[in-house]
Amino acid sequence: MIPAAFDYLAPTSIEEALAALSSDADEVKVLAGGQSLIPVLRLRLAAPTLVVDLGRLPDLAGVRDDGGAILIGAMTTHDELTREPLVSEHATLLAKVAQTVADPQVRHRGTFGGALVHADPAGDFPAAALALDAEMTIVGPSGPRTVPAAEFFTDLFTTAVSEDEILTAVRVPKHTGWGSHYEKFHRSAQMWSIVGVAATVRLDGGTVVEVKVGLTNMASTAIRAAAVEQQLVGQPAAPEVIASAAERAADGTSPPTDVNGDADYRQHLAKVLTRRALITACGC
Amino acid sequence: MGLAWGMTRISVSVDGIAYVDEVEPRMLLVHYLRDRLGKTGTVVGCDTSNCGSCTVHLDGRSVKSCAVLAVQADGHEVITIEGIAKDGELHPMQRAFHESHALQCGYCTPGMIMQSIDLLAANPDPTEADVREGLEGNLCRCTGYHNIVKAVLTAAADAKAAR
Repeated sequence: MIPAAFDYLAPTSIEEALAALSSDADEVKVLAGGQSLIPVLRLRLAAPTLVVDLGRLPDLAGVRDDGGAILIGAMTTHDELTREPLVSEHATLLAKVAQTVADPQVRHRGTFGGALVHADPAGDFPAAALALDAEMTIVGPSGPRTVPAAEFFTDLFTTAVSEDEILTAVRVPKHTGWGSHYEKFHRSAQMWSIVGVAATVRLDGGTVVEVKVGLTNMASTAIRAAAVEQQLVGQPAAPEVIASAAERAADGTSPPTDVNGDADYRQHLAKVLTRRALITACGC
Repeated sequence: MGLAWGMTRISVSVDGIAYVDEVEPRMLLVHYLRDRLGKTGTVVGCDTSNCGSCTVHLDGRSVKSCAVLAVQADGHEVITIEGIAKDGELHPMQRAFHESHALQCGYCTPGMIMQSIDLLAANPDPTEADVREGLEGNLCRCTGYHNIVKAVLTAAADAKAAR
């Protein structure tokens, strides 16, 4: 189908972009890579009167070293995340998640920031952002502010970014030397995760010193599997120990029931995939 | 910038030729290529960005032209299936598809070829598994994947032999 008509602005500065978002248009949508928005427009699930394209803004793409963290521009593509050495070295989980998103064509266009603000509970990046304790830099009329990932995803397709704000960058604390894995269960490349588990662990002499697990599509937003983390920390990284902790993966979750599976099926999957993700992340 | 409802001017290079056109912002790149430029070699296979039949190269990387607005291509370079043969000679990937009979109905072929070229550019010496994964965004409703994979591996081997 053909999208409904809309006005289009392609600002070349953040100031222009913010002014466009504060315009009196009835409904404004921000276009990043467009790999979620354009299909949504085509299906007329959204019919904005104004689309603001961030594709002409300078300095919103790319990854740089920021001391104890890496700073990822919101317009960095999934493909760039899979190839960027800073990501592979300091946040391997993100590179692994990016590699599973859709297909090569989509990864060439889709952006990290766009996927986070889209906040699809079945999207893959929110769980990774939670597991890596990322911090989002949001710019609005009153200047920049920082929101931790734990407070960023507020509901289905809803984030802390207001209608007059833009996510510009994501600060990911360095997880250098951590093991990681993203275990995703889906029907085909283009389909969303039925359940996904993003796990990252720091081991010392075979003991789990720190562990963080994010769950995709187990609630209205991505969530952390806190019970699993608490049970595993300080324990030996062994398959039977991990299997026992993974039994807690569905604690406190409220997954959807849909054509791909019932809620209790997803709760079962969460345990199985958490066990697999942690065993791979620990290399045991 | 301007808030005139309606048309936006774009300058875009398609298959080596520069075009300047007024387009509606809602126009998809694939419709611009087919309906405005007559480049019907790039086909629309689905309405959900799943099938990959409309794959073209935008600044040298594969994209689904049904998931790109024509206005987003302003100032950029597009190569379609119609722009890869040179001086009447098929592109090596086209030749490999021809020789391996890598098609049944042929509808997915333009997208398969464009994605396969991107695949080898990123990974010149792929395994069979690499090829299958690299084509995960392209669907063949005839399920004729066997010869498609064979064609890509043949093209890779030919390119390697020529190096």
